[in-house]
Amino acid sequence: MGIGKILRRTFLIGSAAIVGGVAFGAYYVTRPAANPLKPRDGEAALNPFVMIDQNGVTLFAPRAEMGQGVKTSWAALIAEELDVDLEQVNVLHGPAAAAYYNSAFLSDGLPGKGYDKSEFQHNLGEALGVIGKSLSLHGTGGSTSMKDGFIRMREAGASARETIKQAAAERLGVDRSQLKTEAGHVIAPDGTTIPYAELAEATATLDPVEAELRDPSEWRYLGRSQPRLDMVGKSTGTAEFAIDVRLPGMKFATVRRNPKLGGGMKSFDDSGAKSMPGVEKIVDIGDGIAVIGTNTWLVIQAAEAVEIKWEDAPYPPTTDAIFAKIAKAFDGSPNSTMRDDGDVEAAIEGATEITADYTAPYLAHSTMEPMTAAAQLGSNGLQVWTGTQMPLFAQMRAASVAGLESEQVEINTTYLGGGFGRRLELDFVEVAVKVAMAVPGTPVLTTWSREEDMRHDYFRPGAMARLRGAVKGGKAVLIDGHVAAQSPVQQAVERITGMAGGGPDKVLVEGFFNQPYAIPNYRMSGYVADVKLPVGFWRSVGNSYNGFFHETFMDELAHAAGRDPLAFRLEHARDEWDVAARCLEKVRDMSGWTGKTPDGVGRGVAMTYSFGTPVAQVIEVVDENGTIRINKAWIACDMGLAIDPHVVKAQMFGGMMYGLSAACFGEITFDGGEVEQWNFPDYDALRMHTAPQVEVEVLETNRFMGGAGEPGTPPSMPALGNALFDLTGNRARTLPLSHTFDLLI
Amino acid sequence: MATTLTINGKTHQVDLPDDVPLLWVLRDEVGLTGTKFGCGVAACGACTVHINGEAVRSCQTPLSDVDGPVTTIEGVGTPESLATIQQAWIENQVAQCGYCQSGQIMQAASLLAENSAPTDADIDDAMQGNLCRCGTYPRIRAAIHDAATKLKEA
Ligand code: FES
Ligand code: FES
Repeated sequence: MGIGKILRRTFLIGSAAIVGGVAFGAYYVTRPAANPLKPRDGEAALNPFVMIDQNGVTLFAPRAEMGQGVKTSWAALIAEELDVDLEQVNVLHGPAAAAYYNSAFLSDGLPGKGYDKSEFQHNLGEALGVIGKSLSLHGTGGSTSMKDGFIRMREAGASARETIKQAAAERLGVDRSQLKTEAGHVIAPDGTTIPYAELAEATATLDPVEAELRDPSEWRYLGRSQPRLDMVGKSTGTAEFAIDVRLPGMKFATVRRNPKLGGGMKSFDDSGAKSMPGVEKIVDIGDGIAVIGTNTWLVIQAAEAVEIKWEDAPYPPTTDAIFAKIAKAFDGSPNSTMRDDGDVEAAIEGATEITADYTAPYLAHSTMEPMTAAAQLGSNGLQVWTGTQMPLFAQMRAASVAGLESEQVEINTTYLGGGFGRRLELDFVEVAVKVAMAVPGTPVLTTWSREEDMRHDYFRPGAMARLRGAVKGGKAVLIDGHVAAQSPVQQAVERITGMAGGGPDKVLVEGFFNQPYAIPNYRMSGYVADVKLPVGFWRSVGNSYNGFFHETFMDELAHAAGRDPLAFRLEHARDEWDVAARCLEKVRDMSGWTGKTPDGVGRGVAMTYSFGTPVAQVIEVVDENGTIRINKAWIACDMGLAIDPHVVKAQMFGGMMYGLSAACFGEITFDGGEVEQWNFPDYDALRMHTAPQVEVEVLETNRFMGGAGEPGTPPSMPALGNALFDLTGNRARTLPLSHTFDLLI
Repeated sequence: MATTLTINGKTHQVDLPDDVPLLWVLRDEVGLTGTKFGCGVAACGACTVHINGEAVRSCQTPLSDVDGPVTTIEGVGTPESLATIQQAWIENQVAQCGYCQSGQIMQAASLLAENSAPTDADIDDAMQGNLCRCGTYPRIRAAIHDAATKLKEA
């Protein structure tokens, strides 16, 4: 029996009676997980993915909807097998629960480059995925949702369908195989139809039936674009984000914490602020204050009026000093050397060697909805409403802050006004809970001002690269890369478990050591910088800076070799991984790449492999009277089966835009230990008039499913830099590019 | 001091200092949460509403400056009774996280009210104050063109 088979068995499709119906879902591996929907006493406990009662069919998509369409695609996975129409079912996020674990989180952390994995490694990845459940990894991130749900959710749907059919078969006195299902109905041999809801109670008395999954040729939903379930709400202002939660008697709060991040508060004087209009209470939350009152704007005014003496930050006070400390990491021994092919130290006769240093700045996530959470402390527990990517961790953190057991905390996950990795963190939950604890019984919505949000992020770490490479006979024969940055992984481990994280950090070097190019002498060393500045997971994480380093350097190597940068990449990719090569060929054909551009036009190309998906991009810039505008972009990607092509295209473009915005303008800098950026005017993004036109092609030849949410980001920054080089002959080795070029704003 | 406002055709009495921005009157006082807070400094457009039919940033409009009837996204159309522009938004599957879209729709609606057949350049001009961190611009553009066509046919 293969590992895959055992794994599928451990994802047992259980069923349980609920009031007037039945729920289907997942048992815990070794013991039943508590059913957050609390079935009646004595019933089996399980976490439902499918619930059927008199009101119809409800599907659970316990993944954070932050714009990537997961609510719809997850529901489609279940509906495909269950035979229900997506328009007729209710889709809910559901509560924080261990059985909603993400099985793909850990498998992506396996050693190895990723694209070269064998079936064995793939299965091992699935095995690790089950551990995800024991680690409370109920979460959304790492471009994992479709990889994670693809088999499990179809199984949940199939088992539910066959069990319902069994109930119908018993009622009709026919064999189950004689029955068909369609649009939430069982169809009898004589053509009469029975709605699922009518069979719900009878189904609850049966043991769930195991079922084979349908052949992809029979799919109605998967592989096709579905109208997104959240679209009406998001076009009418009725979709509920955390900031929109309104409860009877609700108060509004805001927070002001030490801008010297990680420093404490020495003292504060709220005598003036206390008497300002709308203010009801000012609370000491340890590293800052919160103001509770009747109106968000009024409490923001009051928070600014509180006089506070702050402690210093535990990191160097200026950007230069911080980067000097990052550079120091190169003097130590590497944290990892995940690729060491050939012999990078040996001299290569007849080769031309080049070296280059690169720098990438700290970046903020800058989600459109600032950090926000509502909380209410009642006599028998705590309720939290927020847009979180990690509901179980949020539950645990809220419980520990409030001195409660996890079971006493209920997390209600709303839509997320952007995630990008920011809402994996728990600080906004912690703050909201502290605020709620100050006024027991009263629901309080704590909204951060944009300034507070911008200046209290877990930033994308600033990073430095020292690269050496060589070309010979038109080919790259050497890349020796050294990259230094803080480790968000080590920090997150420490934040979540309280223990210092250690060991080789793959995320620090992802997007560099694992790029699908055949280069005989190829080494990549990562160095962890010891800077105590809060850093986190920014869309595509390590790939976001390594993509820029690696693919800009590939361009430099191509030029040193006197080769066309696209043809040069293609040759090296063809020898390593045909899937990546096809993306380059596609983007070459889409853009009509000739390697030549008219005066005033520049084009650049980049290809990166991240989260299982290779993505190639060509970007075209134009010089308009001295101002440079990004005119067009072409994207080709291959994540294997694309569950919803429209969503994939939107994610590819969105990921690219996120990267281009950062490449053009994004930087978080420090002075006096404080972030120097405050709001969108000093941390801007591309807008309607500065966004390129785009064409996206989705190839589907990759053997294993890759992600969609992040892989569009890493190639965008080098593709743009390479285009600017093509246009101007000026090679920018530091981001953002607005420092070097006159970009349209 | 009580102020009387007309919002989406209904009269509301609010009792707040008159420097409170309309955004926060709508959201925290009147309970209309469709209008969003993004920046508070007129840099993102998430808070766009109409006053006297004109698009304004409600985060920069103190209560004392509200000199006419206010329309918010809730007054444009509802899930049960969608406005043409909202239909265009849905058909083009514009939203990603969706947080910026109320403001985008309000801005686009005022553009279409003034210009029944906007060009790409007109759209660039009118929409550049509305930030979308998810990068939905190409679909916003398509939806505006679509809505223009639909409105002409209607
Ligand atoms: S919140 Fe008003 S423009 Fe950003
Ligand atoms: S859809 Fe997310 S900010 Fe525009």
